[in-house]
Amino acid sequence: MSRHLRSIEELGVDGIRTLLDLAGHMAEVNRRSIPKVPALRGKTVVSLFFEDSTRTRLSFETAAKRLSADVMTFSASSSSANKGESLRDTVETLDAMGIDAVVVRHKSSGVPWQIARWTDASIVNAGDGWHAHPTQALLDCYTIRDRLPGRRFDDLHVAIVGDVKHSRVARSDVAALRALGARVTVVAPPTLLPPSLDGWGVEVSHDLDAVVGARGSDALDVAYVLRMQLERQEQALVPTLREYTSCFGLTPERAARLPDHALVMHPGPMNRGVEIAPEVADSPRSVVTAQVANGVAVRMAVLYWLLGSGADLAKEAE
Amino acid sequence: MSDASERAASPIGAASEVLSAADVRRAITRIGHEIVERNRGLDGVVLVGIQTGGVWLAERLGAAIAGFEDGATVPVGTLDVSFYRDDIGLRPVVPSAPTALPALDGRVVVLVDDVLYTGRTIRAALDALNDHGRPRAVQLAVLVDRGHRELPIRPDFVGKNLPTSREETVTVEPEGVVIERRGGAR
Repeated sequence: MSRHLRSIEELGVDGIRTLLDLAGHMAEVNRRSIPKVPALRGKTVVSLFFEDSTRTRLSFETAAKRLSADVMTFSASSSSANKGESLRDTVETLDAMGIDAVVVRHKSSGVPWQIARWTDASIVNAGDGWHAHPTQALLDCYTIRDRLPGRRFDDLHVAIVGDVKHSRVARSDVAALRALGARVTVVAPPTLLPPSLDGWGVEVSHDLDAVVGARGSDALDVAYVLRMQLERQEQALVPTLREYTSCFGLTPERAARLPDHALVMHPGPMNRGVEIAPEVADSPRSVVTAQVANGVAVRMAVLYWLLGSGADLAKEAE
Repeated sequence: MSDASERAASPIGAASEVLSAADVRRAITRIGHEIVERNRGLDGVVLVGIQTGGVWLAERLGAAIAGFEDGATVPVGTLDVSFYRDDIGLRPVVPSAPTALPALDGRVVVLVDDVLYTGRTIRAALDALNDHGRPRAVQLAVLVDRGHRELPIRPDFVGKNLPTSREETVTVEPEGVVIERRGGAR
């Protein structure tokens, strides 16, 4: 029985903590002059990306290579998918070559579950539709834990700002942060919120100024800014980008009103000047580049946990 | 962990103490002297404890050497070898605590572990060291050598040679060394 990482919910809070601890070991490997260990020699990891991505794909491929796994790259634009090959045939073809893990990104929600039926390999979800992006959530939690040392998640207040409705990052981050006990406030115009937030366990605000300026028990520890997907303007979900920026952008004035210790995070790629001002993105409280660096360590932890740690053996032995 | 007397009285298998706390202390002091003697001083000597059992031992060795060498400090590091093991995928292998090493290039590294058994951990440790630098020499200090080597590895400094069977477990702690027959394997 292969294990998978398809959603934060599937992982559970113990799994999240295990992976964050393991990522700490991987970060130590990455600080070495030779940042490579032989742990996954002989394992083959396929990156199967049906949607554009540079950072996530490169991050996974770097992670696999630092663990000495072999990497096969599949990108939809240069493959038989262009000739009309079905997803099932693609997966079964890869499976026949002998693979141990598939890192998959697809525009449709649920694809990671679907392809798990066609291969024995472990499936890692690198983003499916609006649904989930669990490794992003893990690297965000790792970055928060690393940058706010001595703080406990159940004592943190995180605001997630922007297009929550279309964001798999928001869904996975909320799931992980809530599982760890953090308080989460989503801040967005009503048009960019999902129809229902039942079961999310979050608070909702439409007033970013009030949220960043809060003090005392409501004070923010993290302002997490989501990418504004520019095509949303065409769908008339926001009147103009300028108006969006003036109401929901993290401007220098708003960032200055955050508590001194508060972090600014963004999953990238950033639309500088839209959801986040360039000065804020480059300010000392911004941990955007740390998120990218930690992404490699977290994905190493995920691949090792799936393919090398023998945790599945431990489970079978029980 | 419970203390040695409790374990000795436990009904599962026969546990017997083979080294007392005082024996452990004396063995550490003797190994410390041997390390200094063998290397003609402490110039370039680095102690590296293998996670997890070797870590306290390396620290105690460093303290013992500082005690009789007029407070000379020996750098002490720790090494986790999980990612270099040859049984990854065969049994659960999860790292315990991160590696933290001083500079190794040109130094004499004394690897420190509590029990030497098959030698596979030491093989992994040698590979791991390789990724951290190029020591001038690597030596091996263990508190207990219990035999059953599966690789051509030999310790330079030994606290006690302890003939064992594979059905026995050896527990090494600052409070003493206990050997125990595994329950059911009779």
